[in-house]
Amino acid sequence: MIIVTDLSHKIGTAPILQDINMTLEKGGVTALIGPNGAGKSTLLSLIARLVPIQTGRITVDDLTIGACPTDVLARTLAILPQVIDTAPLLSVRELVGFGRYPYHKGRPTAEDHAKVDYALETFQLTPLADRRLETLSGGQRQRAQVAMTFAQDTDYILLDEPLNNLDIAASRSLMAILRDLAATHSRTIVIVLHDINYAAAYADQIVAMKSGQIVATGSPEAIVTDRLLQDVFQTDPKVHCLNGKMMVQV
Amino acid sequence: MHSKRLCLLALFLGGCIAGYLLLGARGNWAFVLPFRGNKLIALLLVAIAVSTATVLFQTITQNRILTPAIMGFDALYVLIVTILVYLLGGQVFLQLPAVGQFVFNTTLMLVAALALFGSLLTRARGDLMRMILTGIIFAVLFRAITDFLQRMIDPNEYAVIQISSYARFARIEVELLAIASVLTCAALIATWRMRHRLDVLALGPDAAINLGENPQRGMFQALIIIAVLVSVSTALVGPMAFMGLLVVSLAHMITPTASHAVLLPSAALISAITLVGGQFVLERVLGLSTPLIVVVDVVGGGVFLILLMRGKRR
Ligand SMILES: Nc1ncnc2c1ncn2[C@@H]1O[C@H](COP(=O)(O)OP(=O)(O)O)[C@@H](O)[C@H]1O
Ligand SMILES: [Mg+2]
Repeated sequence: MIIVTDLSHKIGTAPILQDINMTLEKGGVTALIGPNGAGKSTLLSLIARLVPIQTGRITVDDLTIGACPTDVLARTLAILPQVIDTAPLLSVRELVGFGRYPYHKGRPTAEDHAKVDYALETFQLTPLADRRLETLSGGQRQRAQVAMTFAQDTDYILLDEPLNNLDIAASRSLMAILRDLAATHSRTIVIVLHDINYAAAYADQIVAMKSGQIVATGSPEAIVTDRLLQDVFQTDPKVHCLNGKMMVQV
Repeated sequence: MHSKRLCLLALFLGGCIAGYLLLGARGNWAFVLPFRGNKLIALLLVAIAVSTATVLFQTITQNRILTPAIMGFDALYVLIVTILVYLLGGQVFLQLPAVGQFVFNTTLMLVAALALFGSLLTRARGDLMRMILTGIIFAVLFRAITDFLQRMIDPNEYAVIQISSYARFARIEVELLAIASVLTCAALIATWRMRHRLDVLALGPDAAINLGENPQRGMFQALIIIAVLVSVSTALVGPMAFMGLLVVSLAHMITPTASHAVLLPSAALISAITLVGGQFVLERVLGLSTPLIVVVDVVGGGVFLILLMRGKRR
């Protein structure tokens, strides 16, 4: 369970997040939506201790962010940030292999190699395994990054706009994998999505943010409505219900 | 593939060492060999210290253009020696035991490097131009203060500074060599034990944190090792502006890999070949008295310009 209590964050004097309170139960896919600049990335960065917490408190299971040993947390929670600067000269297999570092600390075992192979297989990267990252397309590179996060094999997975650069096949396949992780392995997945339709189709729960605050939390049916989209995104697309799933007409 | 190349480099270095020790030795071997042996050890220490410090620095700053020398680390060491001579007087300074003197200089260097570069590297991370500018300003500033102090010191004492910071292989004290070897070995062991963590740190701070490494801590540990290694190399041969850049760029070409377990030995071997082989060719084959450092710096400076022009940061 991730519990965020009275979390506020400032950069300089500008308030970025204000009094965030949020509880995410174990197991399930939570989609984080909101306009650009709402503070979604900042919230994920704080949960994943990429940025030190200023005020408030975050706990993941019995680990308190900022107080627990960082290498223990690395075996519990993984994040794929929105902007990634990849080191040069890495092959896809080497990059995915880093996902196992929290367990082997530089000395991979047979089990680690097997998990890397499985991650490569899952994201259809096996044919590209020995290619250098800089020789791949943006979407292929993104898939390799997601595979590394997958190989980290943690109970909690935070993904910041992972569908960037992915084509429809890769996007749907990633979302299906995430659903499966949540359903059959009771993993907790928090994912920032820009495409509301993906959120409505694949998430158990949607959290909507605006100007550094959470404005609504609930099931896709409750959140994806004309009124809420108008309120959060300041635009008025039409929402349809198709086979029980909400769909936004763009 | 990489291990084969490392073996070839090691063989080549062996050849250079043999040539350097044995070729053109006339007369009394019992005299020539220890003399050349000491010089050889100094060359090897400097070579490995420079390449390792450069690899560490490039990893924690995540770029392939900046080196400790370009950022003014060497100049800082010379400045510290100058300040000490100025404050204590050359005679007092010389009377300090060589080992004590060296350890003292290195400690001061450590403190100064952490104070000056620790916060810079945290704040300017990712901003290559700001780092280059700050580095150049640091280097110029350190040299200007050094120059100023040296003008105020009388010429006899000035010679003390030259002896203790620009030895240029002319006069190598066995005692200094021993302490330099001990420090270098300690720094190398620490670096080797960090090699897997360095691989992770090279991915960038966010990725490192996600994998459970503390980038801040890694950076400070690396800075400490760099300060020790720069002290050793500067005390033995004086500042070398572009040597580190040259040998590490070559290492990236000959063994292109992100793994520090390969990159560190590869850069060290290439660096040793450059110094020992270069010294051998200049001294024994061409019979020139041009200091090797001058040649290395001219070539390395060219590489720096090319890298800068091509805008190849990583
Ligand atoms: N380094 C920074 N300095 C000042 N403001 C920043 C900085 N980084 C982010 N912000 C601001 O913080 C707000 C939230 O950013 P972010 O969390 O990235 O939003 P989102 O991911 O929801 O698009 C934005 O308004 C952005 O302008
Ligand atoms: Mg964002």
